[in-house]
Amino acid sequence: MATDYQRIVKDGLWDNNGVLCMLLGMCPTMAMTTSATNGLGMGLATAVVMAASNLLVALFRDRITQEVRIPVYILIVAAMVTLVDLTMNAWMHELYKVLGLFIALIVSNCLPLARLEAFASKEPVLNSLLDGIFMGLGFTISLTVIGAVREIIGSGTLFADASLLLGPAFKFLEMRILPEDTGVLVMILPPGGFLVAGLLVVAKRILDVRAGKGIQMAGAHSV
Amino acid sequence: MKPGMNPAVAPVAAPHATTANSVGRVMATVMTALLPATLCGFWLFGWPAIYLWIVTVGAAMLGEILCLRLGGRAARPALSDGSAILTGWLLALSLPPWAPWWIGVFGGLFATVMGKQVFGGLGQNLFNPAMAARVALLISFPVQMTAWVAPLPINAAAAPGIIEGLRITLGALSPALDNISSASLLGHVKTELSRGIDLLHLLTAGHAAADSLSGARAGSLGETAAWLIAAGGVLMLFLRIITWQIPIAMLAAVALPAALLHLVDPGRYLDAGSHLLSGGVMLGAFFIATDYVTSPNTPRGQLVFGAGCGLLTYVIRTWSGYPEGVAFAVLLMNSLTPIIDSSFRPRVYGRDRKGVALEPIK
Repeated sequence: MATDYQRIVKDGLWDNNGVLCMLLGMCPTMAMTTSATNGLGMGLATAVVMAASNLLVALFRDRITQEVRIPVYILIVAAMVTLVDLTMNAWMHELYKVLGLFIALIVSNCLPLARLEAFASKEPVLNSLLDGIFMGLGFTISLTVIGAVREIIGSGTLFADASLLLGPAFKFLEMRILPEDTGVLVMILPPGGFLVAGLLVVAKRILDVRAGKGIQMAGAHSV
Repeated sequence: MKPGMNPAVAPVAAPHATTANSVGRVMATVMTALLPATLCGFWLFGWPAIYLWIVTVGAAMLGEILCLRLGGRAARPALSDGSAILTGWLLALSLPPWAPWWIGVFGGLFATVMGKQVFGGLGQNLFNPAMAARVALLISFPVQMTAWVAPLPINAAAAPGIIEGLRITLGALSPALDNISSASLLGHVKTELSRGIDLLHLLTAGHAAADSLSGARAGSLGETAAWLIAAGGVLMLFLRIITWQIPIAMLAAVALPAALLHLVDPGRYLDAGSHLLSGGVMLGAFFIATDYVTSPNTPRGQLVFGAGCGLLTYVIRTWSGYPEGVAFAVLLMNSLTPIIDSSFRPRVYGRDRKGVALEPIK
């Protein structure tokens, strides 16, 4: 069964990446990637929600009837989001002030719902938990990379305010790449999000083609 | 009939009219029509403007070559049709003439890479590449993109020479800008209105119209010589490169509301003449909105498209935070082009407008 788990990990992180391959969860991707820190925070919050709701749905998958499954999924996700929301408000209040509005919107993010429907409702508990974790981490990585590119080009910094998210120990991550007042402003604005996300999708395709998988193969084992 | 031709498909009834028309030929004609206004701009703004034009056109061509290479296509045939040169040229005409070199490089690359090749190259793009690049530049670098200079003819004593001009374009000589910087008419009007000064006090008699006519005023290359741009446009009309619908509709849609509102309150609204001759209206109406790729195909659709461009330009100029709105207006109408095209279809031959077959004539 080891290969099965490897498959799940690889799917989540790269092959079937939520943002760069399936193009799901575009709303938080565009809204929250104005900096690498925001992207990382949003990604981690989503990953926690996905792992927890995948686990719950897999546990109760025999009890959830076909007819009401979507409302049940949404309720489960909403409950998990509320937990994350309150936790962040209590322990990471400064970051919560920045991300707050968008945390609640994880409920309507289509990536958690898609994984519940396509994976957790059919697979064993351990597989589903793994899928939730690694799909979430793949989402986190994509958001952080998009955020980093937009932040470097747009405002000339990288991981600004990272200590708010990760604690004072990570102060060293905060750096200034370009001198003050030299950013390309459009990258911070919404069009920049689409440009960078689109170019990263292209980059992933190029890497996949180089690796000999071919464009058809790259998306072939989506569930 | 050529030897070896299949007689079944060979054209039989002579004589046949042939045409040497091609993309390259159309582009070359448009460039010829642009030439007088460009040369006038070069004369008014001197060497920095010439360098900026070269850099912008070069960057646009470079972007095209890079994308063609990446796509595994031959660069030469696509490049030699001149469309990338024209895109860079139109962009250069819409920039502040003394802008630093990297504005031209960023804009030129953005125009052909993001505005055109990403969609699949010539004929595939949804938005006018030059205007997409101008808007990207305007939101990204608002300071550099609104640093207008007063015209300083190339032969004037104070004008920068060949070397000094190069240093201005390379950004090594920016302090000198402060001495001669100046607001364009539309920008000036917007600032003063927001300070509560009305137009009757602001514009001394004859100031706006007279300056607009001679073209010797602050603005981009393609803004100052409005009459030469219009003359180039009329030339293209006569050569049937463009049709009259888009330019006339756009100019009318700027002039009519301007004239009406000016009549109501001359202290708040500029007159129609100033609106027509300022900013990018002439360049937009004749050279940019008429882009074959991004404008509707049918005459009625073109009228709607032109009127939309003009009206939006006027609305943005008058009530938004930006003093000029041609680029935004053209891009917004570009996005409506598919809808306009499907709503204003020509009547099918032999059918009425609803598509019902006509009664046969007895």
